[in-house]
Amino acid sequence: MSNQEVNDGIDAVDANSGHLQSSEALPVLSISDLLVAYDTKVVLNHINLSMRAGELIGMIGPNGAGKSTLLRTIAGLIRPQKGTITFPGLDRGDELRHRKMTKVGYVPQRFDIDPDLPLRARDLVGLGWDGHRWGVPWPSRLRKEAVDKALTLVDALSFADAPCGRLSGGQLQRILIAQAMVSDPSLLLLDEPLASLDLRSADAIVEVVDRVAHETGVTVLLVTHDMNPLLRAMDRIIYVVNGNAVIGSVEDVVKKDVLGALYGYEVEVIQVRGRILVVGDDAPVDLSGGLHHMTPRPEVPEMGSRIAEERR
Amino acid sequence: MSSGSVLGFLFPPGIFTLAFMQNAWVAGTAVAVISGIVGFFVVLRGSSFVAHAVPRGSFAGAAGAVLIGQSTLLGLAVFALMSSLGIAVMRRGRENTVATALVLVAALGLGDFFLSIGNVYAPEVFSLLFGQIVGISRQQVFWVLVISLTIVAVVAFAYRPLLAQSVTPETAQVRGLRPRLIDAIFLVLVSAAATATVPVAGALLSFSLMVGPAAAASLLGRRPATAMALGVGMAALSLWIALWLSYVTSWPIGFFVSSLCLLAYVVARLFITRRQGHGKVLGSLEGAPL
Amino acid sequence: MNYLWQWLWPPGLWANSDVRTAFFIGTSVAIAGAVVGVFVIIRGQAFSGHALGDVGATGAAGAYLIGISALWGFLAAGFSSGIAMESLGDRVRERDIATGVVLAFMLGLSALLLYFISTSTGTAGAPIAILFGSLFTVNPAITPEVFALTALSILIIALIYRPLLFSSVTAEVARVRGVSARLLGLMFMVALVIAVEESALVVGALLSTALLIGPAASAVQVTRKPTSAIFLAVLIALGQIWLGIILAYDSFFWPPVDRGWPVSFFITSLALLTYLTMRLGTSIWRHRRSRRPRTTSTSSLVASDAQGGTLT
Repeated sequence: MSNQEVNDGIDAVDANSGHLQSSEALPVLSISDLLVAYDTKVVLNHINLSMRAGELIGMIGPNGAGKSTLLRTIAGLIRPQKGTITFPGLDRGDELRHRKMTKVGYVPQRFDIDPDLPLRARDLVGLGWDGHRWGVPWPSRLRKEAVDKALTLVDALSFADAPCGRLSGGQLQRILIAQAMVSDPSLLLLDEPLASLDLRSADAIVEVVDRVAHETGVTVLLVTHDMNPLLRAMDRIIYVVNGNAVIGSVEDVVKKDVLGALYGYEVEVIQVRGRILVVGDDAPVDLSGGLHHMTPRPEVPEMGSRIAEERR
Repeated sequence: MSSGSVLGFLFPPGIFTLAFMQNAWVAGTAVAVISGIVGFFVVLRGSSFVAHAVPRGSFAGAAGAVLIGQSTLLGLAVFALMSSLGIAVMRRGRENTVATALVLVAALGLGDFFLSIGNVYAPEVFSLLFGQIVGISRQQVFWVLVISLTIVAVVAFAYRPLLAQSVTPETAQVRGLRPRLIDAIFLVLVSAAATATVPVAGALLSFSLMVGPAAAASLLGRRPATAMALGVGMAALSLWIALWLSYVTSWPIGFFVSSLCLLAYVVARLFITRRQGHGKVLGSLEGAPL
Repeated sequence: MNYLWQWLWPPGLWANSDVRTAFFIGTSVAIAGAVVGVFVIIRGQAFSGHALGDVGATGAAGAYLIGISALWGFLAAGFSSGIAMESLGDRVRERDIATGVVLAFMLGLSALLLYFISTSTGTAGAPIAILFGSLFTVNPAITPEVFALTALSILIIALIYRPLLFSSVTAEVARVRGVSARLLGLMFMVALVIAVEESALVVGALLSTALLIGPAASAVQVTRKPTSAIFLAVLIALGQIWLGIILAYDSFFWPPVDRGWPVSFFITSLALLTYLTMRLGTSIWRHRRSRRPRTTSTSSLVASDAQGGTLT
């Protein structure tokens, strides 16, 4: 099944014929001909993609490719210069209203919370329920039930009463997912939810998003550096390079010719013990789906640590 | 206007010959130089709140020293060191700002207490708070020079570790620099600079001399040494003009110093905006790592 | 016992009209400062609050020169600077440096105005009162205004409570849900200016932070919920100001001079003392708790994290 194509390495085309969902259903999200630029620098160009209900989609690509920009544009945090983002699968009404209301859940990149912040994990989730309303919160059974349900969904009941600032990275990430899920969204967006987490916490997050997508039917789009932890849960992948994107199943996208056209030069795709490596033409610098050797950056770990990572 | 009257306007009688003005020129220049140097690290580390709090905290020391008849400089030095010590002990993440603010108000409250129980002469209070050029004695000039030379020597000795620690704390630690020691050196530098600056620019406005020119210079200078030299130059120029204006008008020098420092910063901002569209700013006041 | 009562409630305390005014105005100001202060801590705006107090001195000096109540001068300078600070830009770092430089200039201006006052009156009395305040010399005629302003600031906080919390803790998520950080920032700034400038009137421009940050910083050490933090902060603030008034009243009989110690000195010292006690107390408590052996899996955060992790 290789019906995807890359037009001049610029256009992103929905490469997947949709073997997981019934193709009759309207897409939850549809993006057409999107262009995003900061000042004069074009960050994303000719982005076309659509997502169906209950899909778990990973977005991957090298640093600075525009992954977070695309996510933030979908969330409504960035205004595109051109193109449209619509939510056809949702009930009528303008898209802005959906965003403002409850249809898009957003989990930002990890940030630090002051350890003395007088706010329990449960209260943080509660803000996702009614934080956009004026006034002071009143105790309500509906609110408590919704919060408890969201906390259960992410396995966070055991630390629900702990102060937010004293949660571990993985715990905070789960609470933020609960905060996004408490308003019962149709689309959940996560920005680097696995970044700087140890393997076990990262697996726990994958477990949670897997459940969110495949049991509650919410479309999940998450940005990640490393596709490998997601391989077993992910339905499709969006591969972003230099502002262009390809969407499709992992087998269809992470291939020599597709990625080669996207990068604009030859790459190899290697499978090692169930992990996928994308390798540029000089050295196997990359485990994670991004090609770093074009622009060497200090944060790229050296070979030694990569080998150590692989051994795990 | 004849050249004579221009000269007469630029150099009003006594501006260089009066003893207190000579003291003011010497002490003022020394203070401007060390403010530029220490301010460079303040802005680089984003420790402006510390630079704001330490001179203020030292005010209580000066008031107390006046009360018990001791040297103002001694009181300033003791309280400046005590304020930085208090801030250093209590810092913890964002708490740093809160702790700094509370140490600061407690020290000022103590200063208020000293003022009210002793009959401190009003102009004296005023010069401590806002700076007064007539107030500088020959003996103070001597000590200001000693402190300034010490600061220059310490910075020359510890320049590279201070810089490394300010720019990339993690790397510096990996290389075996002791962060606590370098923090301590930095705090002692700020305390020493505050001790020397407060008698000239006043407890409330030493901050502007330390932060204004350095912030402007950090916008303009691309290399650390350039930025530091620019900061020193701008601080000295601001202080000289302020001294002249203060002599001519007999208004408090702190007003002119802070106005000129604001001017320097605004001009640098405008310059940088025209040059590259938007400016890069080093340092932060809020939630900064000491 | 009787002696303690005498000390806490010295004879003639309530008969003194200055004390009564100080009590009413102090109570009102302490409540506003504590309520707003908790959000100042949550939002990490301690420096802004501090700077607003400082710039108030310029306004108060100006008000003295044109012969109106210092309160209006404080408020005018606070509002103009606060709104300028709020609109200086989005980038926190830039805004902070700019705030600092503008603050320095405003202080310079206040130096000039206070200089004019002291040369025209020949004493430092008025400048010292503006900078260091004195609760006993506040004009009783402005009591209704102070009450009204406190009510206004609490009303604003009650109105924006939920979105302000949402936007302060998870700013991006709140933006996705349609909460305008800018509008909230401005509305909060109004409440902040009122609280700071009232406090500046009572304890002096240079010491206003003691009533704004002191009680709130102490309260967040031991609370986990915003509501309880606010409640405790109000209690601490009231204790601080009432004890300050009583001690200052008592100190008329203390050495070395028989004219009383400044009430601002007591209030600022109590602020620092309370904060230090709370911090020391909580860190000792946490230390002892963390040394205790863990018995159940939910008794500590570390254990519950491990429990969450094993679900994968």
